[in-house]
Amino acid sequence: MKNILKSTLALLSVLVAFTSCDNASKSNNSGALSSSAAEKVYVAPGEHDEFYAFISGGFSGQLSVYGLPSGRLFKVIPVFSQDAEKAYGYNEETKPMLNTSHGFVPWDDAHHPDISQTNGVVDGRWVFINGNNTPRIAKIDLSTFETTEIIEVPNSAGNHSSSFVTENSEYVVAGTRFSVPIPQKDMPIKDYKGNFKGSLSFISIDPEHGHMDIKFQLIMPGFDYDLSHPGRGKSHGWFFFTTYNTEEASTLMEVNASQNDKDFIAAVNWKKIEDYVNNGGGTMMPANYAHNVYDEATHSATSTMKKEVRIVNPLDVPGAVYFLPTPKSPHGCDVDPSGEYIVGNGKLSANLTVHSFTKMLDAIENNKVAGDAYGIPILNFEDVLAGVVEQPGLGPLHTEFDGKGNAYTTFFISSEVVKWKLGTWDVVDRQPCYYSVGHLMIPGGNSQKPFGKYVVAMNKITKDRYLPTGPEVTQSAQLYDISGEKMELLLDFPTIGEPHYAAGCPADLIKPRSKKLFKLEDNKHPYAALSEADTKVVRDGKIVHVYMTTIRSHFAPDNIEGVKVGDKVYFHVTNLEQDYDVPHGVSIIGANTSELLIMPGQTETFLWEPKQVGVWPFYCTDFCSALHQEMQGYVRVSPANSNTPLKWSLGEDIE
Amino acid sequence: MKKTLNIAMILLVSFLISCGGKEEKKKEGFSYEKKAPTENKIKKVESVPASKQIDLDNKGIGPISSINLPSEIDQTMATHGADVFKKMCTACHRPDKKFIGPAPKNILDRRSPEWVLNMILNPDEMVQKDPLAKALLIEFNGSPMANQNLSEEDARAVLEYFRTLK
Repeated sequence: MKNILKSTLALLSVLVAFTSCDNASKSNNSGALSSSAAEKVYVAPGEHDEFYAFISGGFSGQLSVYGLPSGRLFKVIPVFSQDAEKAYGYNEETKPMLNTSHGFVPWDDAHHPDISQTNGVVDGRWVFINGNNTPRIAKIDLSTFETTEIIEVPNSAGNHSSSFVTENSEYVVAGTRFSVPIPQKDMPIKDYKGNFKGSLSFISIDPEHGHMDIKFQLIMPGFDYDLSHPGRGKSHGWFFFTTYNTEEASTLMEVNASQNDKDFIAAVNWKKIEDYVNNGGGTMMPANYAHNVYDEATHSATSTMKKEVRIVNPLDVPGAVYFLPTPKSPHGCDVDPSGEYIVGNGKLSANLTVHSFTKMLDAIENNKVAGDAYGIPILNFEDVLAGVVEQPGLGPLHTEFDGKGNAYTTFFISSEVVKWKLGTWDVVDRQPCYYSVGHLMIPGGNSQKPFGKYVVAMNKITKDRYLPTGPEVTQSAQLYDISGEKMELLLDFPTIGEPHYAAGCPADLIKPRSKKLFKLEDNKHPYAALSEADTKVVRDGKIVHVYMTTIRSHFAPDNIEGVKVGDKVYFHVTNLEQDYDVPHGVSIIGANTSELLIMPGQTETFLWEPKQVGVWPFYCTDFCSALHQEMQGYVRVSPANSNTPLKWSLGEDIE
Repeated sequence: MKKTLNIAMILLVSFLISCGGKEEKKKEGFSYEKKAPTENKIKKVESVPASKQIDLDNKGIGPISSINLPSEIDQTMATHGADVFKKMCTACHRPDKKFIGPAPKNILDRRSPEWVLNMILNPDEMVQKDPLAKALLIEFNGSPMANQNLSEEDARAVLEYFRTLK
């Protein structure tokens, strides 16, 4: 009997165990709605996301790489700011990338990434992004996910209506937000009106290597050029820029730049100006701006100061520039996939204004001009208007398109994304954002072929959406499913810096082209040691060059003597590995710079200026193998006046 | 009946474990008792180090399943192999003495040519699955044979160079 009781008890316990297991799995599945949202963003371990999203890092000066729909952060690509993690802007090879006419500028405010295009479709070759503060445009190569070129933009200030790419990547375009004296000069600020100018720069992109060169700058009236987008399809060859401060105020802007009932969208026929320039039009103006190019073969960047730029006066090219009146300080300037509709998001306007490209051409053809601003013809508002989305929300900022006839506009003040129909101008759906959304992004959104499955909203305010982290909280993006009639909020995910715009494309465009390593045989770095036999230490006066190599798990050489206080020691370190995902890192005690993180086959250099006599260790900073902790070495530093001979070695007493 | 109870207890414990480690103490105590006897069953380690063992039948795991070595050494190929070896391998291998890894001198007295080529071309899988490669990894302090992404042609040339090392 006792036994039976015992066994019943045991069986009962088994049942309890069963039941509790069952309960646990049931509670995971509870709530049909939330679980379907979870399934939509769930990317199982080892699986890959469907889309890459390149989200601006805002005031971090960087570009972040996320997967969609998971919202997982893969990489932060240093662009305009130094990054101690990757030694960008710290090692000798990449310091020139941050050179400008103002000297070394190790920070910027990165705003609007855009992916290169071929035939109106994103091609996944490069991402361009603008530095807002010290005007620059950068090119990131998507085979290496590294910044490979930065060009400074002269005659610009607050480089904001940038960096948008035309449909065959003919140009990346950069417009000035702030007008300034061109050329710069010492003059009273109150004389702004009529004297300050705004520049719109058309930077040509070499089709093979992507090298950037300023083809021409259009010198426009002194408004604020806020945002821009290229024409596409039927409007290919045109570019559209929103303007505000057509009042040309220079103080208390929040009042003084909001006086006019309408500002303008500037429509620029760049093909016409290109022809003019190709036939010798425009004038070369003295300038001083940096052009920094990273060479993958030498693993090094060079900075060249350019001394002139071609400027074009719009009045010299009749029919090239028109102003389209657009209500109340328009911010975003967005062109639909067909190229017909130009949306002016009048941020102080109750309605959303949509212009028609066809009507604009018609108005131009029939010379329906309402007036001019500094000689540039202004077309009639009614003649170019395609339609108005009536009171869709408060504070419209930006619009993207799904390629299925719908547009999605963000409203900052009413904190929502509103879906509306092109052509009928009817509001279809609205979803709240948490909180105060700025830009939004649909992969391929700035092209003829958007991938209208998701929209990412990038919010300006985060407040309580995550665990608090003191006064400064994370930045926040939100992912919506837009595959159906109604939008569905799927996911919140944190972002770096303050995200402005983003660009996205299918992962399949980029994944197969992603480089895994650099071939040693292609390494043309002037200080590379391509095998351990090439390692050496060379003294040239007070400068010491260490030609060093790394492989799992040692440095060659790993013992160095004869370095003296006051020397400048350059460690040129080549990673001899030729396998995927085997980087090595290195630094030395007291180095006034960051570590190096050296990819297989790459050479990087850091400078060390030893200040104290002693024997100082260095070590590998990136866990590389089971013997990573053994990957270390010593440098003996002798007094400045000593005669310690220069010696280097590895493994003298092995066996 | 006692047996039934024990079986039931085992079942209960295993369910508890599968439920995510609730009642950890019980689990630990139990598994400690279970583990104790298995500790006595550890096999004796071979006394000859892997680098000195001779196994000419093992062809290893990788792209090379069989290869014929002509009796004459191809000097041109060997010269090229020496160059590849110098560039890609000398960070860890000296021709005639142990360094980070073993010396390739007389390697074909100890290993099949296929094994050598597969070790060069497919080291990651070799050190996971091939018993000799596994033992070598341990003998050389866990220092992994790096995959230097040699072409089959270059690897073959390196092998020819090894044949010249006398």
